[in-house]
Amino acid sequence: MGEAVSESAGAMQEARVHHGHLGFWRTYVFSTDHKMIAKQFLFMGLFMMVLGGLMALLMRWQLAWPETPVPGFGWVPEPYMYGGIIPPDFYNMLFTMHATLMIFFVLMPILVGCFGNFLIPLMIGARDMAFPVLNMLSFWAGALAGLVMLAGFAVPGGHAAGGWTAYAPLTANVTYTGVDWGQNLWIISLIILSFSSLMGSINYITTIINMRAPGMTFFRLPLVIWSLFIVAILLLLALPVLTAALAMLFLDRALGTSFFLPSGGGEPLLWQHLFWFFGHPEVYVLILPAMGIGSEILSVFSRKPIFGYRAMVYAMMAIAFLGFIVWGHHMFQSGMNPVLGTSFMLSTMVIAVPSAIKTFNWLGTLWGGSIRFTTPMLHGLAFVSMFVIGGLSGIFMASAPVDIYIHDTYFIVAHIHYVLFGGSLFGLFGAIHYWFPKMFGRMMNETLGKIHFWSTFIAFNGVFFPMHILGVGGMMRRIYNPLQYDFLQTLQPINVFITISAFALGAAQIVLVINFFWSLFAGKRAEANSWQANTLEWSAPSPPPHGNWGEALPIVYRSAYEYSSPEVSEDWLPQDRPLVPKPAATY
Amino acid sequence: MLRWLPENASTYGKDIDSLFSLIYNITGVTFILVMTVMVAFLILFRRREGRRATYLHGNTYLEILWTVVTAGIMIMLTIMSRPLWGRIKESLPASEIQVRVTAKQFSWEIVYPGPDGEFGTEDDLRADNNMNVPVNQVVRVILKSDDVIHSLFIPNLRFKQDAVPGRDIDSWFEATRPGKYEMPCAELCGFGHSGMKGYLTVHSAEDYQRWVERNWPSSQEEDS
Repeated sequence: MGEAVSESAGAMQEARVHHGHLGFWRTYVFSTDHKMIAKQFLFMGLFMMVLGGLMALLMRWQLAWPETPVPGFGWVPEPYMYGGIIPPDFYNMLFTMHATLMIFFVLMPILVGCFGNFLIPLMIGARDMAFPVLNMLSFWAGALAGLVMLAGFAVPGGHAAGGWTAYAPLTANVTYTGVDWGQNLWIISLIILSFSSLMGSINYITTIINMRAPGMTFFRLPLVIWSLFIVAILLLLALPVLTAALAMLFLDRALGTSFFLPSGGGEPLLWQHLFWFFGHPEVYVLILPAMGIGSEILSVFSRKPIFGYRAMVYAMMAIAFLGFIVWGHHMFQSGMNPVLGTSFMLSTMVIAVPSAIKTFNWLGTLWGGSIRFTTPMLHGLAFVSMFVIGGLSGIFMASAPVDIYIHDTYFIVAHIHYVLFGGSLFGLFGAIHYWFPKMFGRMMNETLGKIHFWSTFIAFNGVFFPMHILGVGGMMRRIYNPLQYDFLQTLQPINVFITISAFALGAAQIVLVINFFWSLFAGKRAEANSWQANTLEWSAPSPPPHGNWGEALPIVYRSAYEYSSPEVSEDWLPQDRPLVPKPAATY
Repeated sequence: MLRWLPENASTYGKDIDSLFSLIYNITGVTFILVMTVMVAFLILFRRREGRRATYLHGNTYLEILWTVVTAGIMIMLTIMSRPLWGRIKESLPASEIQVRVTAKQFSWEIVYPGPDGEFGTEDDLRADNNMNVPVNQVVRVILKSDDVIHSLFIPNLRFKQDAVPGRDIDSWFEATRPGKYEMPCAELCGFGHSGMKGYLTVHSAEDYQRWVERNWPSSQEEDS
């Protein structure tokens, strides 16, 4: 029955190929083509990444050389900065908005918005998403959310300064921070963004279930599609909880409802429960697509089938399920009943098991391979090794007694950045280099790619590894000036070292920007199958036209990872290439 | 790396540190093993002319093996963490010394119940940002907050507990070494979060007696 549905859906899409020219606005702005929407998400995310990165550098300046003028920032008006000096309330806005932008407006739009949109139809053999107009709305709602979020910097009282976790009651009443409409706009923006994500995830789920090409069974899906499918389900289940919590927070602020204010009978910990019930699955929303991307890249450039395909799928499902029952590990020291701490400690420890399965399977994929060290592969390998560090450092805070000490210190900051920068962002960089030829029809420059990779990889570790030491030394996160504390004085040289590495990390990204835009216009023309890969997107032209394939949709004959198969002389065997069966004797 | 830990000065602190170092050793060895294997594979299986990659989809026995071993280690760590967590957070050992700490933007208000051992009476002593306790005695800390969430952090004692408005949270420590220790706030609490700190002075038995006599001179007369 499933195939009948996909065939009729395919037939419906046939009509779309013959649309002809749509004009500028329908092609580039209000486009319903999944590939154009993907590019829109990509450019929005990259723009926000520049902003989020600059905020991080401002913070690093303050932490290394507290209360000295930041060079080149003397023009920023009061009360944001005073002659280039960052005051404490602006510092709080910086870390709040750095995290907010990077999580909601960089990693989500690029990993889920861009690559979800680009890859799902192309890799399952569909001409577009199930609901193209909804898809367009999803992007424009996201763009609106981005504008509302940035507008927060322009209102009196400044932007939200209560951390990206926005713990009530700090955020529930203007008097505690002095931030008025900044926090309100932050709430409104995230509510709009969650509608955007909900529209996207409904589309992803429907498309993957209904529009797979003939022969594309669930267990022939590439792992990156599995990861996006699971992510869409996570978003569908977790975002409504965030939206509800945000609405309650807004009502507390605007109408004095006291959901989270104890003076009116509210409960501050309720916010934390609701926020982390969303917030922990959110972490997996950001890492699962990178896991899928890493799996594609490792298999292609090792010229080997992915090791333990089904275990990889089940591990992602297990991570997604367990992700919903571990939120309490963010709240070990919150005053939550400590008996609950034990159950959350157990579920958190158990989540290390599927993560370990994935890591070992990636190693198994490398074993016996014929490994090509291309730029995407380097990013894929960096993703695996950095994710190992981020995963292992998570075990420390999973142990509730150890968490007593490291909770709210830089150990946590180091951990989250090894997962979300070392993991998600290296995965994202790998994806950009790997699919750039398919997206834009041109290859990225390998030399620039490798310069960018190595400088980023070294500087990244220079920034975030020493943060473990700061955490062990007891340095609290979100403090404005470590020199205010006697016990942190000896750690200051480490802070200076981190800041210098951070500037190197920022500078390294200039290479990426140059490579990206240079390749966009002057890169070598890409072949249809640029990397000799098996998945369906490589059977379409680079870049694919409206409707992706010509008259006929591809038909799928096998799994996505038949590399170095004995059935053919080449070391790849695309999913859609028909083979005359060999006589039984050869087996 | 663990030599960067501030010197421990509490009873349960050394147990936290040894659990910390156990996890550090397990994760450290795992990391070195995984990275060695990875780098070895990258060198051994780099592309060479004329060699084709092995056509292999997995190995069920290996996969079961590493799943079971990982699960075993994780459950062992949970079992080893559980008693210490219970001892620190779920129990309140008998204590003669009580202190009430009320967090507010941006200071710690410390209240001692005085000789009558009860809060809210005449002989209460209030002091901002200075906590005085004797060494080798269980100190019960009742944590409150007047405004937003704060977190009382005493790095040397491996003590951390959030203070939540609307609640009295019971917690405790027992210092093992006299000295003066910093007491920062660890939870973002507003623009003055950074720099919100106090000091804990752990006195030797004699010094503590002198401190008590200095603050409640009349009580000594009543007692004798």
